[in-house]
Parts: sequence; structure tokens; C-alpha cells
Amino acid sequence: MKNLLILLFCLLPSFAFAGEAKDMADDPVLEKRMIGLAENLRCLVCQNESLASSHSELAEDLRREVREQMQKGLTDQEIIDYLVSRYGDFVLFDPPVKSYTLLLWYGPFALLLAALAGLIVQLRKRKSKVTEAQLSDEDAKRAADLLNQSKDS
Amino acid sequence: MMRFIWPFVIFVTLAGFLYVGLHLNPHEVPSPLIGKPAPAFSLAQLHDPTKQFSPQDMKGQVWLLNVWASWCVSCKIEHPILLALSRKNIVPIYGLDYKDKREAGMAWLQEGGDPYVLSASDMEGRIGIDYGVYGVPETYVIDKQGVIRYKQIGPVTPESLREKILPLVAELQAK
Repeated sequence: MKNLLILLFCLLPSFAFAGEAKDMADDPVLEKRMIGLAENLRCLVCQNESLASSHSELAEDLRREVREQMQKGLTDQEIIDYLVSRYGDFVLFDPPVKSYTLLLWYGPFALLLAALAGLIVQLRKRKSKVTEAQLSDEDAKRAADLLNQSKDS
Repeated sequence: MMRFIWPFVIFVTLAGFLYVGLHLNPHEVPSPLIGKPAPAFSLAQLHDPTKQFSPQDMKGQVWLLNVWASWCVSCKIEHPILLALSRKNIVPIYGLDYKDKREAGMAWLQEGGDPYVLSASDMEGRIGIDYGVYGVPETYVIDKQGVIRYKQIGPVTPESLREKILPLVAELQAK
């Protein structure tokens, strides 16, 4: 009895979902593939949301478009190319490496290298400034005495 | 004194970037369709659904394709500007009624005036996707060969008309 109840509760969310999402395709495999692709695409209306999560009308239309192209047998890359040719690289959450995105991709590493170089130069400079302290014989004896004292106590 | 220079330089650089960033509009995404042939379509005309409209019909002419809808709020802002432009007969304006109901679109034009030679109705928004439409209104300048030369995102303003669209139209018409 208890097991049956648990099973029923497990099914509950899927019941609720089936009622809400009206543009779910009949084919769950295709739908999963569409969502997987749409998660990496930007919705142009609400720009920081993905095409998969956005509720805007344009996103719904674009999901429909992607679904239909998948049904026609186009590959993921062909669909991405289609959308990029319409909306530009901006639809991709992952910007491609191009001449004008070099700074975006490699700028942080360049900054890191520059910072490391700066650090090394600074450390070398400091090293040449710091001179070893010279102790006179008298000071060395006093230091040894002090150290011995603390050992005794 | 020297130790204050670097933080100061970094601050000024950062402030410079942020200042420029303040004036950028993230909603203006440059269209990859500029310089490419206008995507082909054939759609029923808004006022006479038995007739079709296709961009191929416009070969040999410079024309504007204005994407509008009766539900679009900023279309109201550009509407008087388009009306004034259509009265001057400089360049034909064709409309694309985007994701709209036929009756609503027709009523909207009757009420506010119709600047379009004709409008095509894209009720499901499919042609909009082909043209990379992501916000209404949008206006495309298309040349005699059917190539998209400019895209105005958002309402046409007197400034964009004076500084970009009209000089471009004159240049394209002279070719």
C-alpha cells in the first residue's frame, strides 16, 4: 500500500506537466533534442534567457521552427547555422572564435600573463633592494644569550 | 606619488568602458542579413487575401519593408512618420503584418491611416523568422537587386530617416 502511494506521488509531477505544456511535440525524443539545442541559444526578446526557458512569443515560434526542421531531418549544426544566418552570432550563448572575438576569448589569459610578468618584475626588484642584515659579533652573542634564556625558562 | 598613478589609470579606463557601455543599446543586434538577398516568400495580401505578394515582384525598385502589427505599441510612434513619408512618394513602403489577426490589422490601418502600397500578412510569424525579426517595428531598405541594405530596429525616427534611410534610398535609386 505504502509503495503504491509513493509510486502515485512520483507520477504526480508528470501529470501536472502534461496538462500545462500544450506545445509539447508528440515525439518526446525529438522534444528532448530540441530543448537540448535550445538551451544553448539565446532568446532575442529577453536576452539573458535561453530559447528553451523563455516564454516570449518569439521563443515559442523559434522552438516550433527548430522542431519542424528536426522533423525534416536537419542536423543540429544545420539548424544552428540557419538561426545564425537570421539572427547573427548573438543567438549563440557560446560565441565562436573569430577575429573580433579574439580579445574576448584570449584577453583574460593575456591579462593573466601580464599580471604574472608584473609580479615577477616586482619580486626581482624587491630582492635586489633587500640586503641581508649583518650582525656584529656583539649582537650575535646577545641574540644567542636571549635564545638560551628563553630555552631555560 | 607614483604609487597612485596605476590605480588611477585603471579607474579611468574602467570608467571609460562603463561610460561607453551606458550608451550602448543591447537590443540593437546587428543583422547578418545586411548585404544578403532578401529571403523569398509569397504571402497573401492583407486587404485582398486572394492575391499574393512576393519580394521578387519588387525587382528593379528600391523599396522599404516595414514590419508592423496592430498589437505593437511602438508602431504607433513611427506611424505618423511613415504616413508623411508615403505622401512624399519618394520610396514605396510595403508592410508585413506580423503575427496579427487580419481584421485587427485592417482596422488599425483604417483608424490610423495606411502608409503602405500594400501589406502582406504573416499571421504565424514564419516570414518574420526568415527575416530575423525579433521586435516589431523593424524596417528594411531593399535595393533594386533585392538585396537588404539596411535594417532599422525599432521605430523609424525623423533622425534615422534623415540621416540613414533617405540618403541610402537616394544613393540606391541613382545606381
